[in-house]
Amino acid sequence: MSLTSTDIARIASLARLQLAPDESERMLGQINGFFELVERMRAVDTAGVEPLAHPVAAIEDITLRLAEDVVTEPDNREANQRSAPAVENGLFLVPKVIE
Amino acid sequence: MSEINTFEAAQSGRPTGPLVRGYEVIIGFETHAQLSTVSKIFSRASTAFGAEPNTQACAVDLALPGTLPVMNKGAVERAIRLGLALGSTIAPRSVFARKNYFYPDLPKGYQISQFEIPVVQGGSVSFFVGDEPKTVRLVRAHLEEDAGKSLHEDFVGQSGIDLNRAGTPLLEIVTEPDMRSTAEAVAYARELHKIVTWIGICDGNMQEGSFRCDANVSVRRPGDKLGTRREIKNLNSFKFMQQAIDYEIRWQIEEIEDGRAIQQATVLFDPDSGETRAMRTKEDAADYRYFPDPDLPPLAIAAEWIERVRAEMPELPRAMAERYVREHGLSDYDAAQLTQSPALAAYFQGAVAAGANAKLASNWITGEIARRLNQQDLAITEAPVTASQLARLVARIGDGTISNNAARQVFDALWTGEGQDVDAVIEAKGLKQMSDSGALEKIVDGVLATNQRNIDEYRAGKEKAFNALVGQVMKASQGKANPAQVNALLKAKLG
Amino acid sequence: MGVAGLAAALRERKISAVEAAAHHLARIRSHQALGAFVALDDELTLAQARAADARIAAGSAAPLEGVPIAHKDIFVTADLPTTAGSRILAGYRSPFDATVVRKLAEAGAVTLGKLSCDEFAMGSANENVAVPALGFDHPVPVRNPWDSERIPGGSSGGSAVAVAAGLAPGATGTDTGGSIRQPASFCGVTGIKPTYGRASRYGMVAFASSLDQAGPMARSAEDCALLLSAMCGPDPERDSTSLARPAEDFSRQLAGSLDGLRIGVPKEFFGAGVAPGVRAAVEGALAEYEKLGARRVEITLPRTELSIPVYYIIAAAEASSNLSRFDGVKFGHRAKHYRDLADMYAQTREEGFGDEVKRRIMIGTYVLSHGYYDAYYLQAQKVRRMIADDFQQAFAQCDLIAGPAAPSVAWKLGEHGGDPVADYLADIFTLPASLAGLPGMSVPAGFDAGLPVGLQLIGNYFAEAKLLNAAHAFQQATDWHRRWPAGF
Repeated sequence: MSLTSTDIARIASLARLQLAPDESERMLGQINGFFELVERMRAVDTAGVEPLAHPVAAIEDITLRLAEDVVTEPDNREANQRSAPAVENGLFLVPKVIE
Repeated sequence: MSEINTFEAAQSGRPTGPLVRGYEVIIGFETHAQLSTVSKIFSRASTAFGAEPNTQACAVDLALPGTLPVMNKGAVERAIRLGLALGSTIAPRSVFARKNYFYPDLPKGYQISQFEIPVVQGGSVSFFVGDEPKTVRLVRAHLEEDAGKSLHEDFVGQSGIDLNRAGTPLLEIVTEPDMRSTAEAVAYARELHKIVTWIGICDGNMQEGSFRCDANVSVRRPGDKLGTRREIKNLNSFKFMQQAIDYEIRWQIEEIEDGRAIQQATVLFDPDSGETRAMRTKEDAADYRYFPDPDLPPLAIAAEWIERVRAEMPELPRAMAERYVREHGLSDYDAAQLTQSPALAAYFQGAVAAGANAKLASNWITGEIARRLNQQDLAITEAPVTASQLARLVARIGDGTISNNAARQVFDALWTGEGQDVDAVIEAKGLKQMSDSGALEKIVDGVLATNQRNIDEYRAGKEKAFNALVGQVMKASQGKANPAQVNALLKAKLG
Repeated sequence: MGVAGLAAALRERKISAVEAAAHHLARIRSHQALGAFVALDDELTLAQARAADARIAAGSAAPLEGVPIAHKDIFVTADLPTTAGSRILAGYRSPFDATVVRKLAEAGAVTLGKLSCDEFAMGSANENVAVPALGFDHPVPVRNPWDSERIPGGSSGGSAVAVAAGLAPGATGTDTGGSIRQPASFCGVTGIKPTYGRASRYGMVAFASSLDQAGPMARSAEDCALLLSAMCGPDPERDSTSLARPAEDFSRQLAGSLDGLRIGVPKEFFGAGVAPGVRAAVEGALAEYEKLGARRVEITLPRTELSIPVYYIIAAAEASSNLSRFDGVKFGHRAKHYRDLADMYAQTREEGFGDEVKRRIMIGTYVLSHGYYDAYYLQAQKVRRMIADDFQQAFAQCDLIAGPAAPSVAWKLGEHGGDPVADYLADIFTLPASLAGLPGMSVPAGFDAGLPVGLQLIGNYFAEAKLLNAAHAFQQATDWHRRWPAGF
């Protein structure tokens, strides 16, 4: 399974990464090198095997813990926004969102 | 992994609807109902509406590095309630999945939703369109988080992002494309709205965005395969839903008639122009790369929990309406009217419990009371006339103490606060009908004595003459005579 | 002095916390060339030390009162910047502390700065650094104190170096695919990754959600046990993957005898790819264990090699999604010049992410994308279960599994340059336990041409106390863990 530069362009776009042309080239080679490792994994017969998400689920049933519906988080806007690149009147500013 | 294509669900055996210019209309809905929890679905920040920007967006809601989701039990409980109300299956195990895409109001760059295994599966919503009963089948309802908001007004070339709404719990309720007309779609939305507010899982405040509908609309000539649908997003009023869908239907038909194919698109409704318009297309918009969220183990819902919720569920509006028809002989329509909200039904039941004749109480509630509440923009809980006062009023009509006309005057006095007690008002205004049959008979005799011509005309077959006699008696009694008694006496004397 | 010794000395008021803090601050500064630290705040550290001394004087000392602990810069801290080794978080100040940081502070630890790591914990050499180290105005790779031309291992390279060079008596690290065990091995220190879910991930900048775990690095198993006990415990209100199992005293079995301990030796861990010097050191360690009463059992972990693609697919997929939040909107770096929103995203992420991070985002995005999910991600999760099941089969025959932490000793700076796959292949021995979520340790076990070799010990779920016991017994009988690099 070999990727092409079209694949690289499509994936970069999905991931919002802007790769320079030589970077794309290099990336293509490196990723294809990685996928050579992957072929043996794809060939494993996994019929009837359930995926393992939480590792400890291999030996115990792990289910979602539910928290009581109470408000415990106060207004912490100032501290939360202290690393924001652009803020005005408490709003995060971004280039205009066009629908 | 591909998006579930609800549109291709089995449609065989579904009736066609009223054709528009020879085209059949097919509509499916996706409704986002904000759940009425006090805290967010994955964090414990407040969900209260109207706070200053980003004052209710905690570290988790802002997706600050190192933050993780923790599930709100109240959101799950509300999903169970909805599933029970709609006759759905509650999944014993369901999975949260990440829906990956970039947008400024989506802080993590993914929305936590449910994909392959939603918490609620199947179910249906039944309602009337006019007299016709309809049932719309549900595909599923799943839990997910709401995004934040972008504000454009105050900024030039920029948008301001408020993440207070980010993380508010939503139930996304998806139907099969079972609806066949705008009217049916709006009626479905109204019924679903009634149900979610009735069972207390959503405040139903559409202006505040608590209940938003996306309508998937397509048209086809009967017998053709399903047409390409366009999705009208974020309809947050029943009026807009109707306008938007009507416009979209006409637009699609025009396009087809002009020889153009319909392209799948997401559209927005512009209330000012009354038109739908396709959104700017986003490249690769459809590849959300869904995968189970590794931060959230599967949600397990035990049968015991479902039964506990079921035991605490209120009687649902349709069941209640059916009971009113059975127990009180009300019409389907009236029963449906009375079960618009738990408060209205409670009012009716309060009146009946206080001894009112059910039909009469129903007439007053769906008639005069409804009219006044509407006019004065009041809720039934704010009605100046209480259920027991209504019951007393209805009793006085029933036992002949007052006529219908007099009753309206009494009602008005109660409503405006002029009086508190039905009997006191009747007394104060001297509205008691004449009950002394002796005195009444004297008046009747008197009228008969001086209205020979009317008597003759009546005997000759003129009904109008009889009414004139009745009128005379009423006048002579200053309106206090009981019309039914007058009728009976006159008939008896005239033979 | 190690953590245990220092804690005792502080409690007995043989030295003060301020003295201990000042000593380490000075050492850090005089060894800046190692590039281990990325942030230091003397005033903050000394203030905390003064408060610790006050508590000691008042008789209310917590178990680690006054002990300075440095934190891998993957843990968010409210009082120091957090970068996760990335330009995209330059200048980021978290409004909250990671749970692990908070728990250590509650146990009395004094914060001794932030440690360099591979960007977003992605790397095996601590060369993928994009933020300047203390004393530098540009990013530098972290240097192994045993040979400054060599890498320390990664991604917790800064943590390993801090302990190996005596800059801190203990440090926190994180281990996703071996990032505690492998640098511990390369730097001659002790490190442990607990069972997945034991330590809260709240406040750890997320790399691979189903693999990331916090753990301590120190000079001995005894020290690690103390630190691990403070770090672990349920965090139900913050981390849904944290286990409900109550906090444990991992020191409780330290001194137990190893008589009858069955040590499983996987044949796949001793193949041709292992450097002879490494094999010799590990064999020597196993012989030592036999002297202590343990016995070797040959076992097999047949899918060891498959763990490489399985791990890198799962980790890349989860990371690609976890890193989407770095978009220049709410925090962190934002590009200066952009045409519109789409351009802002693209420029910000292009400028902010290093090569390895971009590579993994690309791989992760690809394996989750339409049409590839089943063949790659889903398949990897299935093979992952098979690997976990292989371990359960092995543990039917043994109590612990032992082998090298890595096929070689530390390689030279820049040696793997340009070939990320070479790095991936070197993780082969640590990846399987990561995928299964099992606890694993690395314990200094000897040298190969002057460079440290670590013995990896893997336990069954929740068997940290047993692991630490085995490590401690070994450290009572040997002195590899007490060696110091020349000049330190």
